Amino acid sequence: MTGNGHTHIDSTKTYLFVLLALLAATIITTAVAYVDLGPFSTVVALTIACVKMLLVALFFMHIRHSTKLTRLVVVGGMLWLMILLTLTMTDFLTRGILGVPGK
Amino acid sequence: MADHAHAETLALRVQFDTAEQQKDASTLGMWIFLITEIMFFGGMFAAYTVYRTWYPTVFAVASTSLNAPIGAANTCILLFSSFTMVMAVRAGQLGQQRMIVFFLVLTLLFGFAFLGVKAVEWKEKFDEHHIPGQAEFHLEGLPATQQATAQLFFSLYFAMTGLHAAHMVIGAGILIFLIVHARKGRYSADYYTPVDVAGLYWHFVDIIWIFLFPLLYLIDRHLGK
Amino acid sequence: MSATPKSVAPARPEATDYLTVETSIRSWLLPTDHKRIGLLFLCATTAMLVLGGLLAMTMRLELLTPESDLVDPLTYDRLFTLHGVIMVWLFMIPAIPSGFGNFFVPLMLGAREIAFPRLNLASFWIYVLGGAIVLGGLVAGGADTGWTFYPPYSTSSSPTAVVPILIGVFVLGISSTITGLNFIVTVHALRVRGLTWLRMPLFVWSIYATSIILVLATPVLAMALALIAIDAAFGFGIFDPALGGDPILYQHLFWFYSHPAVYIMVLPAMGVISELISTYSRKPVFGYHFVAFSSLAIAVLGFLVWGHHLFVSGQSLYAGLVFSFLSYFVAIPSAIKVFNWTATLYKGSITYHTPMLYAFGFIGLFTIGGLTGLFLAALGIDVHVTDTYFVVAHFHYIMVGGTIMAYLGGMHYWWPKMTGRMYPEGWARLSALVIFLGFNLTFFPQFILGYLGMPRRYHAYPEEFQVLNVLSTAGASVLAAGYLMPMIYFIWSLRYGKIAPANPWGATGLEWKTASPPPLHNFDETPVVTHEAYDYTTVMGEEIEVG
Repeated sequence: MTGNGHTHIDSTKTYLFVLLALLAATIITTAVAYVDLGPFSTVVALTIACVKMLLVALFFMHIRHSTKLTRLVVVGGMLWLMILLTLTMTDFLTRGILGVPGK
Repeated sequence: MADHAHAETLALRVQFDTAEQQKDASTLGMWIFLITEIMFFGGMFAAYTVYRTWYPTVFAVASTSLNAPIGAANTCILLFSSFTMVMAVRAGQLGQQRMIVFFLVLTLLFGFAFLGVKAVEWKEKFDEHHIPGQAEFHLEGLPATQQATAQLFFSLYFAMTGLHAAHMVIGAGILIFLIVHARKGRYSADYYTPVDVAGLYWHFVDIIWIFLFPLLYLIDRHLGK
Repeated sequence: MSATPKSVAPARPEATDYLTVETSIRSWLLPTDHKRIGLLFLCATTAMLVLGGLLAMTMRLELLTPESDLVDPLTYDRLFTLHGVIMVWLFMIPAIPSGFGNFFVPLMLGAREIAFPRLNLASFWIYVLGGAIVLGGLVAGGADTGWTFYPPYSTSSSPTAVVPILIGVFVLGISSTITGLNFIVTVHALRVRGLTWLRMPLFVWSIYATSIILVLATPVLAMALALIAIDAAFGFGIFDPALGGDPILYQHLFWFYSHPAVYIMVLPAMGVISELISTYSRKPVFGYHFVAFSSLAIAVLGFLVWGHHLFVSGQSLYAGLVFSFLSYFVAIPSAIKVFNWTATLYKGSITYHTPMLYAFGFIGLFTIGGLTGLFLAALGIDVHVTDTYFVVAHFHYIMVGGTIMAYLGGMHYWWPKMTGRMYPEGWARLSALVIFLGFNLTFFPQFILGYLGMPRRYHAYPEEFQVLNVLSTAGASVLAAGYLMPMIYFIWSLRYGKIAPANPWGATGLEWKTASPPPLHNFDETPVVTHEAYDYTTVMGEEIEVG
């Protein structure tokens, strides 16, 4: 069974390392939450979550070995979520800033 | 050349020319399904983003009413389940039929453990009168004027963790289906696609929780109570 | 008219095709053949079109007089709500993709079957389930919120059966998402040898672009409706201002789907038009690359403009400016298509078969509808005409003048391939004319009504609007008569129509290289593609004489 490299079989050791990294990241993000970082708390929390997501996606979901099409699909999905969030927030972040009554 | 003459098998259905083509198609199909799930959960993440931006202190206080260490432990349980799931897929790649069953069962057990903890957490919310839309709703640490808004946090908490839990239950159902078939020897190194794509689904549900945990449990914890 | 003696039904050729290979009820209820599933969708969606049309006719009858006399106000609200729900989700969204798309995309790709046949079957029965739930909600009293279900009315004050209808629409969304997923995988995985992306028929490009919208947008609608249902059922108050919630949040989530949804409704129609214009000019579509990529551009840009439905809702002015600006861009790829179709006609060998008449109708009426969309994109103008009949006319020009013209054109074009029979050309041309005239008489007065200030969703109106309303209702009657004619002659043709050859129109495309109707697995021998799309030099059509 060949083709596209997706038959590359990762070792148990690789998966264990990834699991340990994920567990560590979880402990770190919980601990850091109790430290006062001001507005950066959210940035740090989301960054750690993104790192965990990448670990799961790249290693557990095999995106490391996947086709370009798969990666395009994944990136597309994330991009569309960002479109939903950012364009929606253009409304909710700007209520009243132009000083026009009722807007 | 009459090429629809190949007999249909699990690994090679009539519309495909090669088993690899079929596997690639199934994998692509599952990934597309997962991005529909990204957009489905995305609607609630949008609602969360709006309301947290508008009511940062209310959300912070409400978040502290959740038990962060329990949430972290539950996150770890789910991460373990992802590990055992990918090990099941690996067993499929290697054609180790009994290991497929073993790891699928472990994954299922971790999944049940997660749901059990979740049920306990929800019961706690019922006991503390943190259910939105009810007359007895009251969140300690907030003045009366902000009680109503605190309900928004809990609406999102229950909607998001509830939807996530529903996906876990569906995942558990899929795992049971796979376990039954795996025990009958249906999966091998030539055909383990169902285990593979179910794994993708399971990891995705894990990723949703990877975001839910900090967004719900860890909002400005440093502010204390 | 046909020279065949009408009393004798022409005999069908001996070979088995997808219709005759198995005729049990079970084989029609549980088919995995994409062609049968396509037919099932075409039948079901057509029935829903009729139902939605009856609801519209009732409204138009009420609107003959300025007072409320035929139905009471609450009933009128239910009529326009159900008309919208049924037309949008039970006809417009599924008809061309799940109907013609299911039947023809695998054929056009040279494939034996769609990628996931059982999933396809599931999508049909999920559609039926969703439709049954919606119709059950209709019987239980329907909803009066408008097809948009805005809170707080939909979550707290409405006296009607909103939640069942929400559940029905949610279920329908699952059906269309599955269809989109199936098409994307099919186009990627099952193109026959030699059929590169840039050799595919433009209908496939449009279905592919539509499928991208289906999978990315529909889930957000599902969430919007789920949140409304949770609000209505559990009283959470997610959109309740008293709690600090915002009803406009719902509108953002709803229109994030519903604006791209209008491109779900029109892109497949544009794909049909590309096929028709090319075939009946006997010329490749001008600017193939531009038309193909414009489909993708519409799909992408269509996601960036939804706020133009919220201009007067309370959305911030800044967001309104952003969305207004972006809304102009989405018109560009549509315009590119219209220009390319027109250029295709230039120096073409044009014949005026019925499908071509519908294609001409589409180009003219879609252009009017699209241009009026630009008026609405202008924030300043929109403030005055929003929620008036101007908007109603705009979207009906596109949905009826556009999509339904394409739907009928496609039905006539592909009827020989699907059924093995020709329709009667004379009657078909007449009904196309009646439909065109009836349509314009119905909806053009509505542009004027809206501009003069008549609000939409009102059952009673000031007397000065009556003449225009009467004209509109008269038009609706003509339109109804026009729709009736094809229903009659298509059924007639199943028994008495001329036997259709494999390629009656001399068209290109792999679907014409197999028998009419096709065999079960589409091709006796898997085709290999060696030429570009719309290459008429290699096609010998066995054209039918026009009766």
